[in-house]
Amino acid sequence: MKKLLNNWIVQVLLFLSVLALTALSTSIIQDIIPPYLLMIGLFIGINLIMALGLNLITGVTGQLSLGHAAFMSIGAYASAIATVNYDLPFLIGVLIGGLAAGLIGIIIGFPTLRLTGDYLAIATLGFAEIVRVQFTNMKITNGAIGFLGIEGSTTFPIVMTIVVLTICCMVWIENSRNGRAMLAIREDEIASSAVGINTTLYKIQAFAIGSFCAGVGGALFAHTTTFIQPTDFGFLKSVDILSIVVLGGLGSIPGTIIGAIVLTSAPEILRPLANYRMIVYGLLLVVIMIFRPYGLLGGVNLRQAVRRALMIPKKKQAGRGE
Amino acid sequence: MLKLEKVDVSYGSIKALHGISLEVTTGEIVALIGANGAGKSTTLRTISGLLKPSNKESKITFKEKQIQGISPHKIVEMGLSHVPEGRRVFPDMSVYENLLMGAHSRKGKPDQADFDRVYHHFPRLKERIKQLAGTLSGGEQQMLAMGRALMARPSLLILDEPSMGLAPMLVEEIFHIIEDINVAGTTILLVEQNAHLALEISNRAYVLETGEIVLEGMAKDLAKNEDIRKSYLGE
Repeated sequence: MKKLLNNWIVQVLLFLSVLALTALSTSIIQDIIPPYLLMIGLFIGINLIMALGLNLITGVTGQLSLGHAAFMSIGAYASAIATVNYDLPFLIGVLIGGLAAGLIGIIIGFPTLRLTGDYLAIATLGFAEIVRVQFTNMKITNGAIGFLGIEGSTTFPIVMTIVVLTICCMVWIENSRNGRAMLAIREDEIASSAVGINTTLYKIQAFAIGSFCAGVGGALFAHTTTFIQPTDFGFLKSVDILSIVVLGGLGSIPGTIIGAIVLTSAPEILRPLANYRMIVYGLLLVVIMIFRPYGLLGGVNLRQAVRRALMIPKKKQAGRGE
Repeated sequence: MLKLEKVDVSYGSIKALHGISLEVTTGEIVALIGANGAGKSTTLRTISGLLKPSNKESKITFKEKQIQGISPHKIVEMGLSHVPEGRRVFPDMSVYENLLMGAHSRKGKPDQADFDRVYHHFPRLKERIKQLAGTLSGGEQQMLAMGRALMARPSLLILDEPSMGLAPMLVEEIFHIIEDINVAGTTILLVEQNAHLALEISNRAYVLETGEIVLEGMAKDLAKNEDIRKSYLGE
């Protein structure tokens, strides 16, 4: 069984069938559940795609970025311009949005990724502000008035298929040689260079892939709301996405998924509280961080936890002291 | 194998090394001894590319190629591995993964022979393959850091304070292993506070004081030198 799973043809077939299954099942679900819930599901998906991108940058590679919303806005505007001004098909628009964000990510990555920690955070913050102001003053984006007339082409099955695709890619990256190098950079950058890891290369790779995800998320967002304006992509949006990653558990893909579900649905669940809604929401964040300082699933080895829960005896492991 | 000529290094406006010249030939163990702040670690970090010389006349030659100003990962690929000060293992990775990272520069998959070589020198690491590196004892972490560096199949291994913070018995063990690694064909450049031990296992040594080399010679001779005995051997 294990040997079979290691065969790449089997992997690709498995991957494609999962994608097809997702598309099929979600299009059935789409007709059953109420549109309000569907909308929440849609936003969970979009936030998750962007959060997975940020998780690669901040969670896996350890580079704190406060400018994720900027890449989202680049994706949103680029795709909107592609579909509205150039009449390109929606999915091509999404791809263009992702590529535009990824490309800018690489360009921005070269100078900023020389910085570390707080300095990088400030630099990305500054970059995000520049992007926002730029979009406010551009003619093609219709400035502060906002970009109107985008078609609402985003559907639940499309978002969920892209979510599954992104999750698969992220799992694959994390287990690859490149992913291990990114993890090593988070653990100790100097030691990483000392063992021969090209730290700049991998940091920029992570940044480019993460920005690409943000761009795709932005494109899907633009084609959901059908109207975008620069204020949609302010500093708070970056913080929202960062909260998902931190609350879920930095570097944990399942954590990011849980984080996106909790943080996107919480404001909706709390809606009956009316004016107190955001107070309780904030409180929720504080409480989670007090009781789970490493995030909901931070530091949890999922495979081990499942094994323990199902009472499957541990395989013989050489000297794992616990 | 390695040659430094008039290497200057500064941290901002503070000059840490003043025209250091030294040489390591194939097969040797060379020790670099000196007090705190003499510039020992700076010298090693400059060799492995983590720091850049501040002067254009500074020349570092490794295997007949100039390596000053080259990025560290390229220098590792050329066969020079650096075990940094304070061990710096990847704490949240297992022993196995740490070793795997050591082979990163060699592209492709590392073969079992590389792991076996490391386990041969450090049998204790084999017992702890799946343990997280952060939970190892100080001595084991030092072994892991050295094993990780060996995974790159270096022809020159540079070690920064391998005895730091270790119990005397462990220090002896580590130094024996260093000798074994050298006998197995790896040239070694070593920085050490524990001058006594360093001089015992090395062929030649350099004494560094405030960024300058003040003495050099055969390790045996230096160990007898009156000044050295007073300043570094505590007699």
